[in-house]
Amino acid sequence: MEAAMGLMRRIHPKQSETALSALLSLLPHHSSDLLSQVDQPLQVLCDLESGKEYILCEYNRDADSYRSPWSNKYYPPLEDALYPSSELRKLEVEANEVFSIYRDQYYEGGISSVYMWEDDNEGFVACFLIKKDGSKTGQGRRGHLQEGAWDAIHVIEVGAEEESIAHYCLTSTIMLSLTTNDESSGTFSLSGSIRRQMNMDLSVADGHLCNMGRMIEEMEGKLRNSLDQVYFGKTKEMVCTLRPPSEVVLRLPTADMP
Amino acid sequence: MAEEECELNEKQKREIAKWFLLNSPAGEIQYIAKDLRSVLNDEKVYNEAASEAFPLYNKSHLIFLELPNRSGDVLVTSYNELEENEFLDPRTALVATVDHVKQVCTDVRPAADEELSSPYIEEFRCALDAEMLKYVAEAYPKGICSVYCVDGKDVEGPGSNFELVVVISAAKNSPQNFCNGSWRSVWNIEFKEDVQMLEVRGKLQVGAHYYEEGNVQLDAKHECKDATIFQAPDDCAISIANIIRHHEAEYLESLEASYANLPDTTFKDLRRKLPVTRTQFPWHNTLQFSLTRDIQKELGIDK
Repeated sequence: MEAAMGLMRRIHPKQSETALSALLSLLPHHSSDLLSQVDQPLQVLCDLESGKEYILCEYNRDADSYRSPWSNKYYPPLEDALYPSSELRKLEVEANEVFSIYRDQYYEGGISSVYMWEDDNEGFVACFLIKKDGSKTGQGRRGHLQEGAWDAIHVIEVGAEEESIAHYCLTSTIMLSLTTNDESSGTFSLSGSIRRQMNMDLSVADGHLCNMGRMIEEMEGKLRNSLDQVYFGKTKEMVCTLRPPSEVVLRLPTADMP
Repeated sequence: MAEEECELNEKQKREIAKWFLLNSPAGEIQYIAKDLRSVLNDEKVYNEAASEAFPLYNKSHLIFLELPNRSGDVLVTSYNELEENEFLDPRTALVATVDHVKQVCTDVRPAADEELSSPYIEEFRCALDAEMLKYVAEAYPKGICSVYCVDGKDVEGPGSNFELVVVISAAKNSPQNFCNGSWRSVWNIEFKEDVQMLEVRGKLQVGAHYYEEGNVQLDAKHECKDATIFQAPDDCAISIANIIRHHEAEYLESLEASYANLPDTTFKDLRRKLPVTRTQFPWHNTLQFSLTRDIQKELGIDK
């Protein structure tokens, strides 16, 4: 299993779907471990009742059906399916609406979904998801990207309240890829994924949604910066190590130049 | 459940193994091989897959191997392949025998006359090789290059067209820093005697992989064309080297520009740094939400 994860870390992020299905067929006994530990780009379904799209993940799945956060119904329809309690569902509805506005402000498009469910420790778990297609044929406002995708998965475990303080454990995964293409510079493509965790104890005075929202916003900002400066920065450093820029090596041929 | 889990047959397992090997990032095939053997748990299938995958990987990644007698490095490419395991190094007129899976040079012998280019072609090849060595030494801290004749190697004198190819391969592997990268340039030069022109076509490919607590990869590719007049071997060599130097430097600049555009321009199409309001999202202000919602509905922005 460790070897399988090693392979996933090295294979190109764009090929992770192929790699995962290859591993699933080679190691059928480890399928649940693989599916839970390997990040895959998010899939989307359309909720026919509301006409809105919603994101699929393990947290809104029951058997082969997925629950829509808009209508609270499973597609394809499923009997005896799992649903959050009515109280939690209220919070879930509000979360979806507010997160949708947050998404619009930062992503200028894209799709978001929030799912919640009770856990065994008198607390609950919430999963906030965003999927954005930033290509110029998708929702990339400025048309820079020939191809661009951002998939974010934020899972927050909220502990039971104690003296009006709750413990929040956020695990965030971002998967992204971008490609620019033009005559003079050819194809330039960066892709990758990172995962981080953040733990906080916060007063519930402002409400769970506020606390979770703030944590997610902070985390997304940090991850965006990290990806841009550290991760992509390292690849740039590598390129300049392979072939330093001309200013460093400027030296023209001698007099026998025609 | 046992009947549903159809066991993969050997051929399927071999194809999967080959796929992993062929798609290894530059400089990482041995690590992938190790993990793959563990996952496969079938030495026979692994060995079959490796014997098919490694040669293809090595040639496409333009790997270079040290020659046993310390006379330098030999590149492994499809341009200088004589037999499946034999690769010619025209500079030293040696032929290296290569073990693809172990990625080492196991033997070396002098090249036979028919394996080398004719003296007429060799003049052009050698002059260009000398210029390329100079260029690569200047521009790449650790780059290997060679020049091969891919068409017309037996041309005896003026009157026929021929084609040379320049191959430049640079790699930096720092697994301790979780970072690897490679630069590959292939320049095809058609010597067109009939029109007294040289047509130059370049293919540049750069890759980098950083995987410390994450997994990020760069792939960049570029193709370019140029031309110059047909001259004496030494003058051709200098012209070609200048063309290559110019285009490669320009390409590096454009890579740097792409990186410089990332934080504020390119990335913005995926996610902004801050909303248009230039403040963080007002989570605590639910009244604002209802207002925003109403405004959005009024303006028809609500989806």
